[in-house]
Amino acid sequence: MLSIKGLSVAFRTRNGEVNAVKGIDFELAKGERLGIVGESGSGKSVTSYALMRILDAGGRIKAGDAIYSGVDLRNASERDMRDIRGREISMIFQNPRAALNPIRKVGHQIEDVLRRHSRATRHNAKAKAIEALEAVKIRDAAARYEAYPFELSGGMCQRVVIALALACDPKLIIADEPTTGLDITTQKAVMDLVDDLVRARGMSSILITHDLGLASQYCDRIVVMKDGLIVEAGDPVALFTNPQHAYTRKLVNATPRRTGSIRALLPEGERTELPPHVIGQKPLIDVVNLAKTYQGKSGPVHAVKKISFTIHEGESVGLVGESGCGKSTTSSMLVRLLDTTSGSIFYRGEDIASLPAATFAKHPLRSKIQMVFQDATDSLNPRFTARQAIADPLLRLMGMRGDAVTKRTEELAEMTGFPAHLLDRFPHQLSGGQKARVGIARALATEPDFLILDEPTAALDVSIQALVLNLLADLRVRLGISYLFVSHDLNVVRLLCDHVIVMQNGAIVESGPVATVMETPQHPYTSELLSAAPQAPEREMA
Amino acid sequence: MAVRGTSVLTRIAQAIPVLFGVIVISFVLTRALPGDPAVQFAGIMATPETIEETRAKLGLDKPLPEQFVVYLGQLFQGDLGQSVSTGRPVLTELASRLPASLELTLSALVLSCLVAVPLGVLAATRPGSWIDQICRLLVTMGVSLPTFFTGVMLIYIFYYLLGIAPSPLGRLDFIYLDPPHVTGFFLIDAALVGDWETWFGALKQLILPAITLALFTLAPIARMTRAAMLSALSSDYIRTARAAGLGSGRILYGYAFRNALLPVVTTLGMVFSFVLGANVLVEKVFAWPGIGSYAVEALIVSDYAAVQGFVLAMAFLFVFLNLVIDLAYSLIDPRFGTSGK
Repeated sequence: MLSIKGLSVAFRTRNGEVNAVKGIDFELAKGERLGIVGESGSGKSVTSYALMRILDAGGRIKAGDAIYSGVDLRNASERDMRDIRGREISMIFQNPRAALNPIRKVGHQIEDVLRRHSRATRHNAKAKAIEALEAVKIRDAAARYEAYPFELSGGMCQRVVIALALACDPKLIIADEPTTGLDITTQKAVMDLVDDLVRARGMSSILITHDLGLASQYCDRIVVMKDGLIVEAGDPVALFTNPQHAYTRKLVNATPRRTGSIRALLPEGERTELPPHVIGQKPLIDVVNLAKTYQGKSGPVHAVKKISFTIHEGESVGLVGESGCGKSTTSSMLVRLLDTTSGSIFYRGEDIASLPAATFAKHPLRSKIQMVFQDATDSLNPRFTARQAIADPLLRLMGMRGDAVTKRTEELAEMTGFPAHLLDRFPHQLSGGQKARVGIARALATEPDFLILDEPTAALDVSIQALVLNLLADLRVRLGISYLFVSHDLNVVRLLCDHVIVMQNGAIVESGPVATVMETPQHPYTSELLSAAPQAPEREMA
Repeated sequence: MAVRGTSVLTRIAQAIPVLFGVIVISFVLTRALPGDPAVQFAGIMATPETIEETRAKLGLDKPLPEQFVVYLGQLFQGDLGQSVSTGRPVLTELASRLPASLELTLSALVLSCLVAVPLGVLAATRPGSWIDQICRLLVTMGVSLPTFFTGVMLIYIFYYLLGIAPSPLGRLDFIYLDPPHVTGFFLIDAALVGDWETWFGALKQLILPAITLALFTLAPIARMTRAAMLSALSSDYIRTARAAGLGSGRILYGYAFRNALLPVVTTLGMVFSFVLGANVLVEKVFAWPGIGSYAVEALIVSDYAAVQGFVLAMAFLFVFLNLVIDLAYSLIDPRFGTSGK
């Protein structure tokens, strides 16, 4: 059905031509579900844009052939391509909210596509659009037809994008990271939906993802890409159990799963002994009946409802839940960036809940409670070099000056594995993993004994995530600090934490030692979270 | 719709303190201006006694707060005071001059939009092409040539050399009679009574100053259209539309352009308010009886009532303009009503 031979894609840039895809071959049979897996920069998305001929300006297919059902996609006229797009081959994109026109009703956007491909006339377009919305299991589709994208949740927007893509019954659907940014249960719902539709309509599909676990669950065959080349191809189980290429092995190792230690994420040669960390008897943070209520338009919104938990000295606690469950509100209150409504936060017995967040920066405890933020890029000042970013808290909170700052900055860089020769670079000159290290070094600068990690690896590739998680595991032993690890992914939390708290709708639904919660979840919501996470096939070696 | 109604009312309510602030500031500032109006209006031959007499007549001998209360009282009765230099009530003067300025500014803006918006769109769809270069050239010319220079140049070419344009003396040649006053816009008033000869006469007078002003306002609008279109065209939803096979016309106008309109409308509002106050030079060059030249003349002779009237009229206009822009926003962007409060 689709046959790709020696496909190369190049982009013109200021520094000359860059080859994003360097000659790849693959075939796709009718009804087959193919996964293209790779990390950022591997050329997996570019491949799909090249097939659709929707490369950004400056990009072009340099060599090779792409034949779809006898049509040469590389040399087809733009007019023919427009007929193929949407009707023969469709795409689902990541970041569904941005993928929809923000100022056009979603129903009208679907109508545009239907009418473009003569699947509807002016008179029945609305009925057909509603039908398309119903096909993706949107409840109350007639009302949703009138909605604008900003009025819908992320998961709902993705359903609309899917409805848009499937409206004209294409034969092939390309899903480009369709679940990035969605909650884990929404991810499962969306992926199940696409999979059901693909099977029911006998379509072929290409799933582009960085998540090997996800691909293995929804694909018949997987190709692994790295730096514009296909390094390995095969069926998912074979890839997982017996990866041939070193890069595939690295990816397979780095994919978090339900068992295995944190060191198992690393490539085999780099697994050092994990030093044990000691959990003290004394509580470091004691949260009692903590609550936060916002004044919403339609009455008060209880973001956090009287939750209580304890974090001991040296202990790592995971806080798990979906977006809107109150985990970010809780962590903001703990780090004293947000005022509480009621309840207490005891730090070594001292209640800090009533201290106003606005002036906490001047409080001596500011340096003891620090945070590592979710987006390593956005949380760094783009005008600060890595050195300035790390030194900033030293200057402001520790009152250090002169050589002491330089010495301590370099010490922190060394501690977090940040290369010293990159210290004078700006954030845009650093990779994602390096920026994450700067964020951690900055948080550690003031020698805190409590660190809040707000999804610190969410934006990172799995192999980088593996390194950062291991770094965090080493640092807590070396510095004897406690973590509150906020995440939506139990499989990641499990690796680092001793204790886990599951939150839903502002309340704690379950908490306990990680192993207990993972193996015998008591609350149905915990089980749902666990089953929603993509299950990678087990490796043969332990 | 009900939501939109309330939001309009809220906007109007928010304007009240702004307008009061403008009244206070314009009052204080005109009093703080150098120069003594009593001396000015008593004449060159005045003795200290006649100066004092004029001062009392103008009400300037009273303490400032009292003057302000008197001024406020008059204002609420719709009395903006008498212009001391022309001897006519400020309100009638503004009523005849404001439409002249508005007619000029609006025609200039319409003209400028007709050129700048398509130019910006074309430049954005073909970045780096010759049309992009022309756009850049025109934009640079527009901002770098001062209006009095382009005005005089146009008069020199079209009036003096070619003789196509009428003499640059006001809104209508003396051979025509002013159309009956309905809106104060000569083009509209003449069209209303079907007097097409006068209509053409007014149009001929309007063209050169409008082009002068349009050249000046071209730059920000074209630039903003180009930038907004570029960012809209590189957004994710355009990629979705392309991947769905939509035609290029639909993508360009139905999807990208409507999204790009938001910043363009904002710029338009800014340019409008800016030009309305700043077209004094054009009015002077073309002897256009607008409020800009009126205000400058009043300022020079410390004609308090006229200056205050002008500032107040401008303030009202700006508030009204902002309201119109907000409404345009909520028409273009459905998100505006909810997130913008």
